[in-house]
Amino acid sequence: MAYRRVAIVGAGITKFVRRAQETGKELAFQAAKMALDSCGLTMKDIECVSLGTAPDAFDGVHMKGEYLSDGSGGWRKPYMRHFVGGGTGVFAPIHGWFHVASGMFDTCLVVCSEKMSSCHPHPQGAFKTIFDHTTEQPLNPTLIWIFALEMNRYMQTYGITKEEIALVSVKNKKNAMDHPSAQLPMEITVEDVLNSEVLAWPVNRLDISPASDGAAAIVLASEHVAKRITDKPVWIDGVGWNLDTAYWATRDLAYPRYVEKAARMAYEMAGIKEPQKEIEIAEPYDPFDYKELHHMEGLLLADRGKAVEMLLDGKTQRDGDRPMCPSGGALGVGNPIAATGLMKVIEIFLQLRGEAGKRQVPGNPRCGLAQAWGDLMQVGTVVVLRR
Amino acid sequence: MRERVAIAGVGYTAFTSVSPGVSYRELTYEAAVKAYEEAGVEPKDVDSFVCTSEDFLEGYSISDEYCNDQLGAVLKPVQTIPGDFMHSLAVGVMHILTGKFDIVVVQALSKASNMKTIPEMINFALDPVLNRPLDVTPYAVAGLEMNRFLVEGRATREQCAAVVVKNKANALLNPLAGYGASVTVDQVLESEPVAEPVHLLDIAPYADGAVVMVLCSERLASSLTDKPVWITGIGWSTDSPTLESRDWVDAVAVKLAGDMAYRMAGIKCPAKEIDLAEVNDEISFKELQHLEALRLFDEGTAGKATEDGKTSLEGTLPVNTSGGGLGVGHLFECSGAQKVLELVLQLRGEAGARQVAGAGVGVAQAWRGIPSTSAAVAVLCAD
Repeated sequence: MAYRRVAIVGAGITKFVRRAQETGKELAFQAAKMALDSCGLTMKDIECVSLGTAPDAFDGVHMKGEYLSDGSGGWRKPYMRHFVGGGTGVFAPIHGWFHVASGMFDTCLVVCSEKMSSCHPHPQGAFKTIFDHTTEQPLNPTLIWIFALEMNRYMQTYGITKEEIALVSVKNKKNAMDHPSAQLPMEITVEDVLNSEVLAWPVNRLDISPASDGAAAIVLASEHVAKRITDKPVWIDGVGWNLDTAYWATRDLAYPRYVEKAARMAYEMAGIKEPQKEIEIAEPYDPFDYKELHHMEGLLLADRGKAVEMLLDGKTQRDGDRPMCPSGGALGVGNPIAATGLMKVIEIFLQLRGEAGKRQVPGNPRCGLAQAWGDLMQVGTVVVLRR
Repeated sequence: MRERVAIAGVGYTAFTSVSPGVSYRELTYEAAVKAYEEAGVEPKDVDSFVCTSEDFLEGYSISDEYCNDQLGAVLKPVQTIPGDFMHSLAVGVMHILTGKFDIVVVQALSKASNMKTIPEMINFALDPVLNRPLDVTPYAVAGLEMNRFLVEGRATREQCAAVVVKNKANALLNPLAGYGASVTVDQVLESEPVAEPVHLLDIAPYADGAVVMVLCSERLASSLTDKPVWITGIGWSTDSPTLESRDWVDAVAVKLAGDMAYRMAGIKCPAKEIDLAEVNDEISFKELQHLEALRLFDEGTAGKATEDGKTSLEGTLPVNTSGGGLGVGHLFECSGAQKVLELVLQLRGEAGARQVAGAGVGVAQAWRGIPSTSAAVAVLCAD
C-alpha cells in the first residue's frame, strides 16, 4: 500500500437557507473558518485548498472557481476546483484525499459552496442547460421530468408504492429537526407528501429537496500531522467514483450501476467484504425520496428492490439497525448541491466521533459511508470513513 | 526521491481557427484514439480519467457529464477539473503518486469557434458587483496590466512586439499551428489598437483543438513506451480574483507555481538547468512576464533577451518553439495541453523543422487567461 492514510480532523457547515444574504464567497469563508476553528488551525497551517462547486450558471459567474478562491482561502496557495455534477460534495473529500495521499501535501482544506438563489426565478432554469443541446434541449425538459421517469421505473420494476416511498421524506425531514443547519425540518405524514402539489407524476413537491444556499468545509491531514491536531481523527479508508454514459435513455433506470461501481471501488480499498454487515451508518444521497432507496441498493446496503423493506421495518430510522440519513439528508437539511454531499460526509464524521448531539445514533458506530449522485443521473461518488 | 510519472502516449488534433466538420466530442475522440494507440492501451486498461472543462465555454451546465463517452470511459472513474489542462495533469500525477492508479488519462479541448460572443462571456468572469458593471472589454484588463509592465520599465513596446514576430515565425514550422505568419515589429505596432497598449497582433487568436495524454507510473512505463517523457515536477497556484487587490506587474501565481514545480523536480537554478520553455503568451507581454516569474530571466531582462534572439529557435533558451498561443492559437483550457504536447515532441526529438538540438529538460506553463490569476507549471525531462 503506497498511499498515505488521510484523516478528516475538522469540519464546519453554514446554515442552509433559501436566499442567503451572504455572497457565495462569504458562505465559503464562513464554512472554511468554522472548519479551521473546529481543529484549532489557521490558513497558515493549510498547504493547499480544494473547492467543489457546480454549476456556474447558478451564480452567472464564468470560472466560478476563480471567483470563490479568496473566500475559500485559496489566495496564493495551490488551489484547484473540481466537479462531478451533483456528486461533487462527496467527491470533494476524494479530491482532497489525492492531494494528501499522494504525498504532495500534509494538510488540505476542502470547501464546498453553492448559492442557488442567485438564479432567478428558480435554479431549475439553470438545470435546463444540462441537457444535450441537439437531441434533448429542443424538448424543453426540466430536471424533474427525468427523475419522474426514473422514480416511475423503480416503482414499476419492484412493485413499490408512492406511500412507501413517501416514508423516506417523512423520516428525513423529521431527522432534520435536530440539525442546526437545517432548512426544511418538518414533522409531516405520508398523506402530506401525497397531497402536496404534483410536479411531474409521480413526483410531488414534498418528494423533493429544496433549492438552497450554503457551504461546508473539512480539513484533511496526513497521518503524522493528524495525530498532532486531534486525538479523534476519522480516516478516509475508501474512495470510489464512477460516471455512466451521457445517453441516459440507454441506461438501466431501475438500478444505479454507476453507484455500484463506485461503491465496489471504495469497499475494495477499505477492505469491506460484506457492506450490509460492515457499514453501520450511511448517508445516501436523497435529493428525491426514492433516491435514498435506489442508492441503498446501488451501494449494496440492501438487495435489489428490498431497500423499501428495511424502511418499512424501521431499520433505517436513527435508532434502527442501519440508520440512513440521520442528519436529515438533502430532503430535510437542504440541498445546496455541492455542499450537500459534504454535509453528509461531515454527518458521518460527527457520528463516528460521537459528536452528533441529538442526532447521535446508538451503538458507537465505527464505520460509515457517505454517497452523492448527480449530472444526468449518471455519477456516483462514495467515501467510507472509519474512526 | 519520489516516484516519477511518465507521459506514455499523446494524441492530438490540429489547432485550427474553425472546425466545422467535427463536434467538440469528435475532437476529443480523435485525440483519444491516437493517444491510446501510441501507448498501446485500451480504455478498459485505464484506472482513471481526468477531463478539463468549464461550463460557460462548453455551453452546458455541469459539463462534466459529457466528458466520458468519447474517451471510452463509460462506467469508469472520471472526474472533471475546471481549470487549465495542466491542473488536470497535476491531478493525474497525484493519482499515480498515491500508488492506487497505474494508468491515468488526461484530456482537454477547445471549441472556441462554437462561441459567438467570447468577450462578453469572458466578462462574466469579472466580479458581478464590483467589476462587471464597468462593462468594458476584457482586453481592457490586459491593457491595464501591460501598461503597468511597460511603465515599470520591465520591457519596451518593441520588445513585446518581438515576441509576436518570433512566435508567429516559429508557428510556420509547426504543421499543427493555425496562425503562423511572417510579421515585423512595425506591423505589430501598427495593427489595430484594441485596448492601449494592446494591439490586435499582440493578442493570441482563438483556436479549436483537443489533446489527450496517457500517464503511467514509473513501474509500468517501460512496458507502454520506448520513449517516455517524465513529469519530474508540477505546481499550481492562484492569486487574488479581484482586480483591485492583485499584483499588477508580476505574475505572482506563476512564480509560486514555478517554485513548487522546481522544488519537486530538484531544480535550483532554472536559467541554467532548463533547455527550453513553453509559456503562456496570450498577450505578447505575458511571455516576458511569465519568463521572469519562472526565474528563467532576471526581472526586466526577458524583453532584451527576446530582441537579442536568445529565446529564438537557435537561442540559448528557445521559448514557444511551437509558436505559442500567438502562433498556434489561444485554446482556452486546452492551452496548457498544447504547451505540454510541444515539450513532449521536442524531448522525444520529434519536432521536425523546429527541433531544438539537445533538448533534455523543458518547462511548460499555463495561465488561465483574462481576467484570472491561476497558473500551473510542469517540468518535463527526457529519459
